[in-house]
This record gives sequence, structure tokens and C-alpha cells, in this order.
Amino acid sequence: MHGIITIIRKEMEDHFSSTRFLLISALIVMVGVIITSMVGMAIQEELKGMAKPTLVFLLLFTATGKLFSFVQFIGFFGPLIGIFLGFDSINRERVSRTLTKLLSQPIYRDSVINGKFFSGVIVIAIVLVAIVLLISGLGIRLIGVVPGVEEVWRLIIYILISLLYISFWLGIAILFSVIFRSTATSALASLALWIFFSFFVGLGAGVLADALAPISQSQTYVDPGIIIKHEKIQRIVSLFSPMTLYSEATNTLLDPMRKTTRGLILMGPLERLSISRFQNPLPLEESILIVIPHLLSIVAITFLCFGICYLIFMRQEIRTI
Amino acid sequence: MENRIVIEAEELTKKYGVQIAVNQLNLKVKEGEVFGFLGPNGAGKTTTLLMFLGLTEPTSGRIKILGFDPTREPFRIKEKVGFLPENVGFYEDMDARQNLRYIARLNRIPDRVSERRIEEWLELVGLSKEGGKKVGTYSKGMRQRLGIAEVMIKEPKIIFLDEPTIGLDPDGTNWMLDLIHSLSREKKITTFLSSHLLDQVQRICDRVGIMIKGNLVASGPIEELAKKKLGVDAKDYTLEEIYMTYFKEA
Repeated sequence: MHGIITIIRKEMEDHFSSTRFLLISALIVMVGVIITSMVGMAIQEELKGMAKPTLVFLLLFTATGKLFSFVQFIGFFGPLIGIFLGFDSINRERVSRTLTKLLSQPIYRDSVINGKFFSGVIVIAIVLVAIVLLISGLGIRLIGVVPGVEEVWRLIIYILISLLYISFWLGIAILFSVIFRSTATSALASLALWIFFSFFVGLGAGVLADALAPISQSQTYVDPGIIIKHEKIQRIVSLFSPMTLYSEATNTLLDPMRKTTRGLILMGPLERLSISRFQNPLPLEESILIVIPHLLSIVAITFLCFGICYLIFMRQEIRTI
Repeated sequence: MENRIVIEAEELTKKYGVQIAVNQLNLKVKEGEVFGFLGPNGAGKTTTLLMFLGLTEPTSGRIKILGFDPTREPFRIKEKVGFLPENVGFYEDMDARQNLRYIARLNRIPDRVSERRIEEWLELVGLSKEGGKKVGTYSKGMRQRLGIAEVMIKEPKIIFLDEPTIGLDPDGTNWMLDLIHSLSREKKITTFLSSHLLDQVQRICDRVGIMIKGNLVASGPIEELAKKKLGVDAKDYTLEEIYMTYFKEA
């Protein structure tokens, strides 16, 4: 236990003093501030002279403004934080020949990998809390609405999900840093995976759906069964991407008006009825219930990824280190 | 009083696939001894060291370091044994004190004790002026000195030094050899050093072991080996001559 705390402390010092961390947090703060001011001013403009609708505060995070919403930004860009914090965590120690020395100290071998992982998680948590607080503060000034208890809870849960999601990428990055000798290779491998999940899974889902359930453009009548099949395939494939999991989960959670993670086509008749008839926000518990499968999947892949990383590291021969 | 045996290996074997790195090694080192572990590159010296520290598991055989088995209780051994790997690495962005402090903390040495020890050892290895500089700016000689300080910070009973003088200038080499010598004499620290620089080993080692292609072909005090290999009346022998006769045989 003692060893792991020492390692976490040292790793956190490293993170906070690195230029890399400074750059990425500056970028996040900058983008966060820009998005919030744009969205905040738009909300201010549109709500002038109107009664404030319920849960308007959360719009700061989910409204897209001119570019993209903050939630979308973290969904797309958040993995980079994880990758930047982890891609060279083990192989840097190999390159600088400190790993053998570190392991010849009276610490358990898993303290090294756990320490690296948890220090990253703590740093991510600090960044997330800071940026959400920053946006909230700016938002309160801009739109003049103080968040209610429920909104605060939703934001807290949002931070937790984001933490898990970015930790997944941290796990991936550490895994590659265990597997690959060179820090450049592990960085590129993590980035490749990030690009694959953010662009190609979506594209691949479309292609696969087109192949399995083709919707021809020339025909005027398309069998609704085919359309549904097409949608289903596309959705199942895209769920393989952690990005999809994350964005569906957070969007549902931060937008209480969303009552399902499914698209309009796949909704059952009663679901559609409920959406058109009952335009009240969902209570928090219901929102959570809807996204629980997504959450469990994110937790599962995070643990799986870290577990593999852990196993490989524990079994590696020191000589090859 | 007979000194107790602190390093003991019995039929120690390590295979990497079909390749045998260490073959049925039998070895005993007594407390306070300076043992020179000789052999060409790739003879299995480093592998043996790693097995002694519990960093690599032996394929078969038995090891006892200070009475503990490194595969079962690596923790107990790492608390009492210092290891200076060949071309030791440091955290380049941290200064010497920070590097030492990190290692001290990993060894659960309370900060107020370690602060004193850090200053003492920086003084001893002649780095107290440079202690605040980032290790990235250090020369090879300074790094090796810092390495010694880092090994000694936990006040070990045994130190394993892997090629401690390689790449050092003559001055640095002499300093290093004198330091090892005085550590073993004054502080009774058992020293196990691997090297292929024979004249240096001859200067400071009580006993040597010669390792060739994974086999320990000879071990004992240098005079004894000289008598055995070069004849009884050999006087001006060098370790190199002894070594070469073994090397030719193997």
C-alpha cells in the first residue's frame, strides 16, 4: 500500500509538471470557455423576456451552438487526454532504464502499474471537475440561472461517466505502453485506435447495414421491415465503439427530455406516443435506468482493458524489460 | 568466528526457450566478502543477478539470499539488498535529491531520516554541489556515483553491482573501486559485482567466479585459482592469465 501511494504521488507530480499536460488542459479550457460563451449567449438571447424553462442549466453542456456541444467535444476529444497521460507510462521507464531499478525496490510489481493507472485517473478527475466548475461558473453569469439539486446530480454523474470513459482510454494507452517498446509506436497505436473508433466504426456500421439490408434509392416504396433491419444493424455495430456508448449515455443523462437512447425509427409505438404526449422531463432515476446498459458496458471495457494490461505486465520477463 | 553464508545458489538453472542462460550454478558467498563474478558478455551474469533479486524466476534450482528465497519472498530481499543495474537509469527531469528521495520513500524510509542520509551520501559520492541539478545534465561518471548513492540509501546488507565501472574514466574507476573496497571493509557490506574488466576485479575482490556460456567454470580466491591453473610457483600472475586459460578450455 505504501509503495503504491508513493508511486501515485510521483506520477501526479510528473503529470502536473509536464508540458504535455499543460497544453492539453489549456486546450480543453479554451474550447470549454468558447463553447460555453457561445451557447450561453445564445440561450440568453433566446430566453429574453421568457420564463426560464426547467433544467435550462444543462443546456450549457448539451446545446450544440455553432460548432458542437461540450459533451460532444469531450466524447470526441476526451480520449486524447487519456492517451496523452498514459501512452508512455511503462515504456518510458524502459527507455530510461529506470524500470529494473524501480522493480528492485521493496514494492509489489502490481503497485507500479496500479500507481500509474490511478494517478492518471486522479489527474483526469481533477481536470474534469475543474472544467465543469468553470463552465458552470461562466454559465451562471451568462444565463443568470443557478443549477438546481437535480441538475447538480446529473452533472456529478456526467463527470463520473466521463471519468470512466477517459480512464478506458488511459487503460488502452497504458496497455500499448506495456506491449510496445517504443513510445512513438505506443502513441501511434493508441491514436490509430482512437481514430478507428471515432470515424471508422460509424462508417463501417453504415456500410455493413447497407450490405446486409440494402435500401435501394430508386424504388419509391421501401419495405419498412428493411429500414428497421438497416437501422438495427447500424446501431448494433456502432455500439461497439466506446464513443457511441459514451455519447448516448451522457446525452440521455444530461437531457432529461430524452427518454430513450434509440433513434426515432427504432422506437416502438408506445414509446413514440409517450414522447409526443408527455413532454415532461424524466426524473433522474429514470434517466439512469435508461443508460445503465451503456454504463455497464463502459465499466466492463475499462476493467477488461486494464485487466489485460495488468496481466501482461505481471507476466513479462524482466530481462526483456 | 566463521562468517555466515548470505548468498547461496544450488543447481540454479535458467532457460529462455531452448537456450540455456545459466546452467546448474552452485555458488556461496560469505558475509562481508567482495565477490567478483567474471565472464564475457552474454555469459549469464546479469541473468544470475536478476534471479538473486527475484526479478526473474529460475527454471530450476534453489537460491537463498540472507536466508530468504527470492521467488517466494522477493519483498524481504529487496528491502535488504541494493542493486545497481548496468547503465543505471534515472528520472531525467528530477534532480539528484528528488531521485534519491523517491527511492527512499519506496523503501519506506521516513523523510526526516532519508533527508539526512541523502545529504550524507551525496557528500560521500561528491555530488552535494550538483544535487540540485537535473539528472539529465549529468555525465556518465556522475550518474554512476549517483547510482551508488541510490543503492546505499536503504542501507543494504548486500549490494549487487552489474558492471559498475564500465564506461568510467580511470579516475572514476579508481574512485569506484576504492569506495567498494571501503564499504566492504568498514560497513561489512557483502558485495557481489559482475564485470569483465579483470585487472579491476583483481584489485578488490576476495574471491572470484568465472562464468562462461552459462557455466561457472571456476570459483575461489584468486591465488588458489592461480595455483591450480598456472602452477604452484606462479608469482606474478594476473587474473587475466587465469581467465584466459579457463576461456580457452571452454
